[in-house]
Amino acid sequence: MTPGVSRRDFLVLAIGAAGAGAGAGRGAGGGAVLQDTTSVGRVYDPDRAGRAQAPVTAADNDKNVQALEKRLRCSCGCGLDIYTCRTTDFTCTYSPALHQQVLRMLGEGKTEQEVIDAFVAQYGQVVLMSPPRRGFNLLGYFVPGLVLVVAALGLVWMLRRWTRESQVAASAMPAAPLRPPPDASPAELERLRDELDRLPG
Amino acid sequence: MTLLGYFSLWLALVVGLWGAITGFVGGAQGRADLQQSARHATFALFGALLIAVISLEVAIFRHDFSVQYVASRTSRNLPTFYLWSALYSGQEGSLLFWAAVLSLFAALTQLLTGGRYRVYLPYVAAVTSLVASFFVSVMLFAANPFQRLAFTPMDGQGMNPQLQNPGMVFHPPMLYLGYISITIPFAFAIAALLTKKLDTEWMVAVRKWTIVSWLFLSIGLLIGMWWAYVELGWGGYWAWDPVENAALLPWLVMTAYLHSVMIQEKRGMLKKWNVALILGAWVLSIFGTFLTRSGVISSVHSFTESPVGYYFLFFLVAATAATAVLYVTRLPLLQAEATLESMVSREASFLFNNLLFIGLAFSVLWGTLFPIISEAVMGVKITYGPPTFNFVNIPLGLTLLLLTGIGPLIAWRRASTANLQRQFAVPVTVGVFALLILLVAGMRDGWALVAFSVGAFVVGTVVQEFARGARARNRQYGEALPFAVLQLLSRNRRRYGGYIVHIGIVLLFVGFAGMAFKTETEATLRPGESAELKARDGHVYTFTHLGISQYNALNRQVTAALLDVRRDGKEIGRLRTEKRQHVDALGNRTFEPSTEVGIMSGLRVDLYVVLAGLVNGTEQAVFRFTINPLVWWVWFGGFVLVIGGLIVLWPGGAPVAVKGSKASHVQAGYAVKLEAAP
Repeated sequence: MTPGVSRRDFLVLAIGAAGAGAGAGRGAGGGAVLQDTTSVGRVYDPDRAGRAQAPVTAADNDKNVQALEKRLRCSCGCGLDIYTCRTTDFTCTYSPALHQQVLRMLGEGKTEQEVIDAFVAQYGQVVLMSPPRRGFNLLGYFVPGLVLVVAALGLVWMLRRWTRESQVAASAMPAAPLRPPPDASPAELERLRDELDRLPG
Repeated sequence: MTLLGYFSLWLALVVGLWGAITGFVGGAQGRADLQQSARHATFALFGALLIAVISLEVAIFRHDFSVQYVASRTSRNLPTFYLWSALYSGQEGSLLFWAAVLSLFAALTQLLTGGRYRVYLPYVAAVTSLVASFFVSVMLFAANPFQRLAFTPMDGQGMNPQLQNPGMVFHPPMLYLGYISITIPFAFAIAALLTKKLDTEWMVAVRKWTIVSWLFLSIGLLIGMWWAYVELGWGGYWAWDPVENAALLPWLVMTAYLHSVMIQEKRGMLKKWNVALILGAWVLSIFGTFLTRSGVISSVHSFTESPVGYYFLFFLVAATAATAVLYVTRLPLLQAEATLESMVSREASFLFNNLLFIGLAFSVLWGTLFPIISEAVMGVKITYGPPTFNFVNIPLGLTLLLLTGIGPLIAWRRASTANLQRQFAVPVTVGVFALLILLVAGMRDGWALVAFSVGAFVVGTVVQEFARGARARNRQYGEALPFAVLQLLSRNRRRYGGYIVHIGIVLLFVGFAGMAFKTETEATLRPGESAELKARDGHVYTFTHLGISQYNALNRQVTAALLDVRRDGKEIGRLRTEKRQHVDALGNRTFEPSTEVGIMSGLRVDLYVVLAGLVNGTEQAVFRFTINPLVWWVWFGGFVLVIGGLIVLWPGGAPVAVKGSKASHVQAGYAVKLEAAP
């Protein structure tokens, strides 16, 4: 994690290599000792580590299962989807159960859509992280965009009216030189722009 | 002490109401004695609330568990660090904190505002006192922080483990400072509307206050994101939670204001709009408070359901109605002094920028409220989750990012075609070039490609602006280029500080886009076993479970897993992730065990490891490994944004205004000082 750790490990390795033997057993840098997979000791007080976990299965890690669970909401009130809840809030008892329900349904040969339909039938539309894009829900998806487009069109219309008004006003007045003299060098123009930016009005 | 605190709350209520009455009446009748009294009331109000805060802190530090708030939020063995934050970790205490900070801001405003803005001060005092009185009355009648228990427990219940994180010590105060200080610009706006002195001058008085609150709100949001990322354990930092949204809304509106106020200062346009933005930001902040505290919408931030929600609903409706009436009656006084000359001008681009900011704010508000709307109209409960928010808001956010690059390239008043070509050539080339490189490199995620290439375009814009400015100074004054850049920053802080904020925003977007390339896996490992995870950039990370250790810390029993981490077989360090069982001073367990995430952060990826639990009480453990690309850029982008904001805010800068002319009144950015009148 920090350079300090690797330096210490390096030192341990170096001492081991020099034949002192003191660091050989720790050998974190070497990796040989890490391969022991047989002994699993009990911890001092398992209760401190929360609820016991079942070993991860291939189905838990299945990308399709995860994608499916990310579309369904956990019913514990956390507001998260089933996948995120069961891999984040390990005190929640709902999301592991819902996960098992998903696995069971898939095991029964249901397609993803059928699983989703079954969940909606059981829990209502609220179980979907995104409401289906039909009927009233379309308002939820598209009102902001529509309002923005309408407002943008309104703004363009208003700007046009304003600019026309100002052009009418400008034509009534003697023409003011809008452009700088044409022989100004780019550097001078830049300086002018810089100064203008700092001036008010 | 608690009795003292309780009495000082009553005193605060009386003083606050007095300040409100004398402020309004004194302002309306022009009576100097009442105006003076209103001013003094703000100081007295701050004094009274400070005493209440000290009383509560003393009770917390003395472990006075006869006070309900202390007993339900702290315990004897809570680390001192978190005893401080216990003040605002619950409903009642945070209301007190809110009122106290508001009264501090109100008093500072009275002290620091000088000269020609003094005419607004009686009304400012009245508005701030009134708002503070409301918060005090909520405490007195619905959520008393000094409520006593019928008996005194041996030890308190302790603090929620998720709040025992450094982020939680700083996130709420920063967010509150932002939220609360919006009241000051709001009070000035009300004062300006009431006095009918609605020239651009009052804008000058509030602009710095708005930047102050924008900056605090930004910091608060960023620390909140960081807290969510390091503490909650789901590997993200923004969940579109209703309360996150509620904090984002005023931020968006204030950001819109900070842009459009420039048009008012330079051209005397958009007066109605700017006043509306200030008023709207404040109303949204109260709306957010109502959401957080009413339990109307379920959220991770929800305080327990309580009658407090009704108070806020009443206040929200009353304040909004009063504000709206006042605003509408003053509209005729808010006529523009100039008109727009061209569709292709800086003014027009600012208008579109505002449209998008407000559109985004509306969209976030719409999504937050849509479940309620759906239930009310159709009787169907639905979830408007992060996927829906992303679907609706990512396009808006990226369009806004695009405008960040376009706006500064378009000239004020009217841009010519030649001018546009000259301005856009380099930034567009940079953006297209970035897009091509990413495509060649094999990136295929649509939104991420847009975010990165538009980000490059914005950086191109900012670098070009700095380069042109520096070169001009170099030619004019012969300054060396690095020095010229510093001079640009120090002489025109608002403009170039603003550009630095833009760079911060780009970095944030780069971080957001990185989330598209997240990879994760779960694994069960015995000590010595490894899990491999391939990042999307091709590197393979190997995590080896080294073992579990259990030990006691101050207020918790820790179960820690240590992991050896390698990238492509080469050791890069170790990660530790923990389970924490919190206990009180008597050794009784409080709360369910919480999870402490192990994070190794880098420029390219964050390695994010969560200890899910143990199998059968053995050292065999279940882990979730996540590779989160580019998260570091979010924090760094936030840092840059804050630095840019500080540069804009820093007092001083080159005095440019022409004294005595009308122009000097319009020239806002440089003349304002938050100091006593000369």
